[in-house]
Amino acid sequence: MQQLWLIPTFPLLGFLVNGLFGRRLSKSATSLIACGSVILSFLWVLKSLSALMPLEQVHIETCFTWIQSGFVNIPFEFSVDRLTAVMLLVVTGIGSLIHIYATGYMAEEDGYWRFFAYLNLFMFFMLILVLANNFLLLFVGWEGVGLCSYLLIGFYYLKLSATTAGNKAFIVNRIGDFGFSLAMFFIVVQFKTLTFQEVFKQAAALPVEATAGSLTVICLLLLVGAAGKSAQVPLYVWLPDAMEGPTPVSALIHAATMVTAGVYMVTRSFVLFDHAPMARDVVAVVGLITAVVAATIGLTQFDIKKVFAYSTVSQLGYMFMALGSGAYAAGMWHVVTHAFFKALLFLGAGSVIHAMHHEQDMRHMGGLRKHIPITFYTLCAAWIAISGVPFTSGWYSKEAILGAVHHHAPWMYWAGVITAAMTAFYVSRSMFMTFFGEFRGHGEPHESPVSMWAPLAVLAVLSVIGGAAFNIPHFLEPVLGAAEHGGHDMMLEVIGSAAGLLGIALAYVMYVASPGMADSIADSLGGVYRLVYNKYFVDEVYDAMVVSPTIAGSRSLLWRGLDAGFIDGAVNGVGWLARTIGGGLRHLQSGNIRSSAAWVVFGAVLAVLLIGIAGATMTGGMGR
Amino acid sequence: MNCTLLDVVLFAPFVGFLAILLAPRASAKTAALGISAAIFLLSLGLVSPFFGQGHGGTYFETNIPWIDTPSIRYHIALDGLSLWLVILSTLLTPLCVLISWRYIQNRVKEYYAFLLLLEFGVIGVFVSMDLFLFYVFWEVTLVPMYFLIGIWGHDRRIYATVKFFLYTMAGSVLMLVAIIYLYTKTGTFDYTVIQGLLAQGRVTLSNAEQIPMFLAFFLAFAIKVPLWPLHTWLPDAHVEAPTAGSVMLASVMLKMGTYGIVRFCLTLFGNAAHQCADWIVALAIVGIIVGALVAMVQPNMKKLVAYSSVSHLGFVVLGTFSFTQQGLDGAVYQMLNHGVSTGALFMLVGYLYERSHSLEISSYGGVARVAPWFTTIFMVTTLASIGLPLLNNFVGEFLVLQGAALVSKTWVAFAALGVILSACYMLWMFQRAFLGEASEEVRHHITEINSRELLAIAPLVILMVWMGTLTQTFLPSISAANAHILEQSKAGVEYQVKTTAPELAHAR
Repeated sequence: MQQLWLIPTFPLLGFLVNGLFGRRLSKSATSLIACGSVILSFLWVLKSLSALMPLEQVHIETCFTWIQSGFVNIPFEFSVDRLTAVMLLVVTGIGSLIHIYATGYMAEEDGYWRFFAYLNLFMFFMLILVLANNFLLLFVGWEGVGLCSYLLIGFYYLKLSATTAGNKAFIVNRIGDFGFSLAMFFIVVQFKTLTFQEVFKQAAALPVEATAGSLTVICLLLLVGAAGKSAQVPLYVWLPDAMEGPTPVSALIHAATMVTAGVYMVTRSFVLFDHAPMARDVVAVVGLITAVVAATIGLTQFDIKKVFAYSTVSQLGYMFMALGSGAYAAGMWHVVTHAFFKALLFLGAGSVIHAMHHEQDMRHMGGLRKHIPITFYTLCAAWIAISGVPFTSGWYSKEAILGAVHHHAPWMYWAGVITAAMTAFYVSRSMFMTFFGEFRGHGEPHESPVSMWAPLAVLAVLSVIGGAAFNIPHFLEPVLGAAEHGGHDMMLEVIGSAAGLLGIALAYVMYVASPGMADSIADSLGGVYRLVYNKYFVDEVYDAMVVSPTIAGSRSLLWRGLDAGFIDGAVNGVGWLARTIGGGLRHLQSGNIRSSAAWVVFGAVLAVLLIGIAGATMTGGMGR
Repeated sequence: MNCTLLDVVLFAPFVGFLAILLAPRASAKTAALGISAAIFLLSLGLVSPFFGQGHGGTYFETNIPWIDTPSIRYHIALDGLSLWLVILSTLLTPLCVLISWRYIQNRVKEYYAFLLLLEFGVIGVFVSMDLFLFYVFWEVTLVPMYFLIGIWGHDRRIYATVKFFLYTMAGSVLMLVAIIYLYTKTGTFDYTVIQGLLAQGRVTLSNAEQIPMFLAFFLAFAIKVPLWPLHTWLPDAHVEAPTAGSVMLASVMLKMGTYGIVRFCLTLFGNAAHQCADWIVALAIVGIIVGALVAMVQPNMKKLVAYSSVSHLGFVVLGTFSFTQQGLDGAVYQMLNHGVSTGALFMLVGYLYERSHSLEISSYGGVARVAPWFTTIFMVTTLASIGLPLLNNFVGEFLVLQGAALVSKTWVAFAALGVILSACYMLWMFQRAFLGEASEEVRHHITEINSRELLAIAPLVILMVWMGTLTQTFLPSISAANAHILEQSKAGVEYQVKTTAPELAHAR
């Protein structure tokens, strides 16, 4: 026994203490409790894992029976295998760094304790999600992180845009969860259990579905869930809006951990997906579309956090492409490296925003590398990693994905390469707009305190060496099996790397070498540019086609028409009839209990008479 | 005569009712609080036998003649189905006294007396094992609720009470007819005897008899639930009722309907219940979706919560008529969950009303700014209501939907839509009422939750977490009772298959 339950319990305690007493605690006490609980949980992860290594078999610990009804038995049960180990380290490791960063970033904010309480609660649910040994417990974490995401996006609850974005995130995720929950119900129908090992053991014995069968349905429904949480087309719309939340939240929840839960869940259920190739193809196509669409939008945005948000959507699409190609390990590798460099990008952006006194528009930045050098140099690490410069962390996982995708479907590979070029371009663009050229803003930008740049430095190191240092696919072989396709194809790697470098070079030309070129290109594209800049008007289309008709229909048809009009009209009609015919009914209201009783008896007598008649006709009818 | 604890718990509220009527006006509410709290503590003793082996069985039975001819018996008993509903009733009564503490200023004595009379009635409904006795209690509950709304309600209270009364009466008269018809067939009102006679085939009900009788019972219960489209009395009754009236109505009285369906419709007319199941499930699913959609566009908080009840109780009916262990367990669990979380919602809305005398969502906004703890509690209740895991509703909804999925994938696909919609209407209301900048109006009127209000809501918040995590406190006893009920309802089906075949042959 490794007392795995302690891992989520530390942050839960942090949440309870800060949530209940935070108002009365000093800021330093709040920080100590919040960061301390997460670091403790990180240490407990290290301790448990080192005891469990080499961890070639799954290790299970049961806490108690949660739900038991008939054959359905859902224990509150945690398990650790190598896949869980990777997620645990990422979540608690990066979680600790971001908690420390946030103590600096949020220092001046009202509701400091509330922020950390939510953040700790998030850690609790995320760890439940990762440690769960059955689908329902995973779903607990799944919904729970969604709740925390809602709370933290709407952290500035006085702002309408923030609370609306929070609602949007929760509701869109609920649509995904609808799919996920249906998948669970169908899994129970098919396998009579939700425990991972039992489901996958039974599924492995089934034949691979050549046509759409029950496993395909289950996998597609799981994909709906994953698309909600991991912001895939068509449910990605909540993630860009989620940037309303404080920046550490964007880094932790909306880049490094929560949004990768969908990738984790699909990887966890890889046995199911491997038996439903049609569903897997859908995963790949959804990932591809998401990667391309989000990358194009990222090219045009000016809000630094929006750029990185669309970048996250696009990178998640990349991971789904990997999953759909059967390269689960490559997908998980990208989860890890992306957690490093994207957390760093967001935290760096936070540092920039902090320096610029809450300015987020890159058109009002520029030349910042002289003012905030530490932020700049650490961000450079993330920049080269996400652009896929050879031997950085992002390069390893990206090339692994592209190789697998090529093996699966060459045309998808080319779309992936183009996306890689676009990715390098938009990140370079934002770097150039922010740190190069002349300073275009107001006031005096200032470097962030050590509590903020120290985590940046750690992440910078990880972003550079994280790919070479952690060979995730190799580590995951006991869980996922060895990769199905052969060794490295040098040619593919050269093309992939070149695409990234090309993107950087192009951005350099357009934003540094000849500034103004970008604007003239945008002008010459006209309508196309506006379409992309306005995010293809997807929000507007959803609103016009789904939200507005539902509300209008509910109000005029269902409520005023059916409910108040038709049904109530009928009832009032009957009531009017009754009052008119039997004015005597009024006596019922006398309030005298005895007279009430008398009415009951009277009614009974009447009823017996009726029964007699009814019974006679009925038995008479039967007799014939 | 031996007197069981159940007899005491049943009659204590009646004694309390009389005591308050006789007590001086000034001490009425203190007396009501003391008596109802004492009853709650007493009722906790009812739990003990259900934690023994197998969690099943019927306890605290009393069966003595009440009226000789026609033979009506005072027959009461408790099983895992009724146990928690009784405790829910005894818990909510003192809480309702607490929330009425300052709000009720006129005719105080009568008010608290009626509250206890209501408790007497509902406990009676949940424990009666004699159909006539059941019917008497069923009608008894009508009287205090009628007056609670009619005297202490808001402006349109007369319309609401008449509607409530007519609706309920229409259903219960039909039920009475069916009860008496059963009596003419079996010579007894005793539920367990009738059930035994039917199960053993010593009394037979043809299909032509069973279906109308089932429908007569079902209609009475469905109005109470309320099942769509018989629900339109509910929003009006809730809006006009004083807070405690709404709480008792939503938390306990609606459960009389769902309880009746499970207890009587399933076991006495199993065959008819199976035959009608598809239609009833269709109505339940329509109720889940339409109730939620209509809730989404309500400008009035109480109406919103009332329509959400229509949606939530659709789940209960769906689970019941799935005839699966999971569905039925979920349905019963959901009855309790709804009692806890919707009761809490009505309380909180009532607290707001006491402060600023408005139920319109648009007259609020920014409450979080001035009353953060109040907002936190409202948030937790909202989350419970929309079925967040580790809170109570999730467990019930999961089991209901799982039960439905075992029968039909189409059913569950539609019903699960309700889970999306519930997030919409609750979060939108929360945003509009609690978030954003606080207006002058809100700053002026809204104050933080006080300790009396906190005391009333705290048990419910604790239960939300408890029932969401440690379900093993409640589920085993419920499951055991439901297994028995399912057995009985199946016996009815098999029996019918056996007997109708020769009958048909004979008819040919």
